[in-house]
Amino acid sequence: MARMPVQFRLNGSDRAVFVEPAETLLGTIRRGLGDFAPKFGCGQGTCGVCTVLVDGEPRLGCLTLSVTCEGRSIETASGLADGPTLHPLQAAFMEHFAAQCGFCTPGMLMAAKALLDRNPNPTRVEVVEAIAGNVCRCTGYEPIINAILAAAQQRGVRRA
Amino acid sequence: MPVNVRIVQGLQEAASILASDRGAQLLGGGTLLVRDINEGVMTEGTLLRAVDPALLAMNTGGARVELGAGVTMAMVLASRDLSYLHAAARGIGGPAVRTTATIGGNLFAATPYGDFTTALLALEAVVTLHAGFGGARVMPLEEMLANRARGGVGLVASVGFSRPAGADGFRFVKVARVRPKGISVLSIAAHLPQNAGRISGARVAYGAMGPTPLRAKAVERVLEGRSLDAATIAAAKTAALEGTQPATDAIASEWYRREVLPVHLGRLLAGETS
Repeated sequence: MARMPVQFRLNGSDRAVFVEPAETLLGTIRRGLGDFAPKFGCGQGTCGVCTVLVDGEPRLGCLTLSVTCEGRSIETASGLADGPTLHPLQAAFMEHFAAQCGFCTPGMLMAAKALLDRNPNPTRVEVVEAIAGNVCRCTGYEPIINAILAAAQQRGVRRA
Repeated sequence: MPVNVRIVQGLQEAASILASDRGAQLLGGGTLLVRDINEGVMTEGTLLRAVDPALLAMNTGGARVELGAGVTMAMVLASRDLSYLHAAARGIGGPAVRTTATIGGNLFAATPYGDFTTALLALEAVVTLHAGFGGARVMPLEEMLANRARGGVGLVASVGFSRPAGADGFRFVKVARVRPKGISVLSIAAHLPQNAGRISGARVAYGAMGPTPLRAKAVERVLEGRSLDAATIAAAKTAALEGTQPATDAIASEWYRREVLPVHLGRLLAGETS
């Protein structure tokens, strides 16, 4: 089967790759481009560890075919930090002990970023809804919810 | 031969390929088909990705609503005109699923999925189909679902329905064990137009109570011409199970689904939150 050319932006950098026709975006990002932040979990769209942003919207990398991403802008957790400066969400996750084993963290961060980019001042219910597709087996979710609310508050302070 | 992907511009071209290649399937958002690839269920064949803008068309402002089959659940949620469908759209996966899951894909989701289709069934939706090499034709969704069980439906281009009357005229509930995101134990949609305090033209549909979403016609007959009072709701609950064929799966047993359906139907009709 002939490989297909695809071009997109990954964390602000233009990338051009050849992919298998039915290759997933997660496979292209991890194996093809060496960005190992998004993880492979269930492969069924249930766990959310592969969550990335496509044109600002949360998508599951394991269920998105790379050929459908031509010309799109992809963001992963690898692109959150600005050099040595952590993104407010990353800092809040550290501060509030929102990561234990860390396997869900890249997906949680991107689901949370999608929320805060769209809704800078979410309610607790809106945070719960935003991460409803992301499974965490360590934290019990409360530290993650608190971290996202704290990051929103911190970003609000910065804007003021 | 591994799975191939073909990108086609027009719906008719896609329909022609589907008619001539039994191994070809139309790719919607990929939440079902790409999962099958990941699981090794689909190991060969062709996925067709149609990029016709008609698939994303939304005509929501008037009395007659028309939605392209490629419209996603997130697009439904972003439309104020479609607020009566928000509960059904919000019930589909988490936010990252809703940005890709399409109306067209939901029409083909195996039970216990397909909750949005349940809502469309209660709205008496029709689908515009491209089948084979001919032109488009319109078919009631109920008939399409019956054909789906037999295979070879063709390409669904859009769904159309009349906007429900009144803010309280359309109700939907998804019953799941995990909140806010869980797979359906069952879902119920009810369109309950009223005329002088009496129900006229009731349409009730169930999800996960049969091989495909199905109309609860016995309940509809009970409701017709009556006011929505306690006696009517009790009669509807008595008729609730007629025509149902629930399955036992990892989410719930057939017995459990039969036990809880009348309870949730009663609550929905009474305007209570399940």
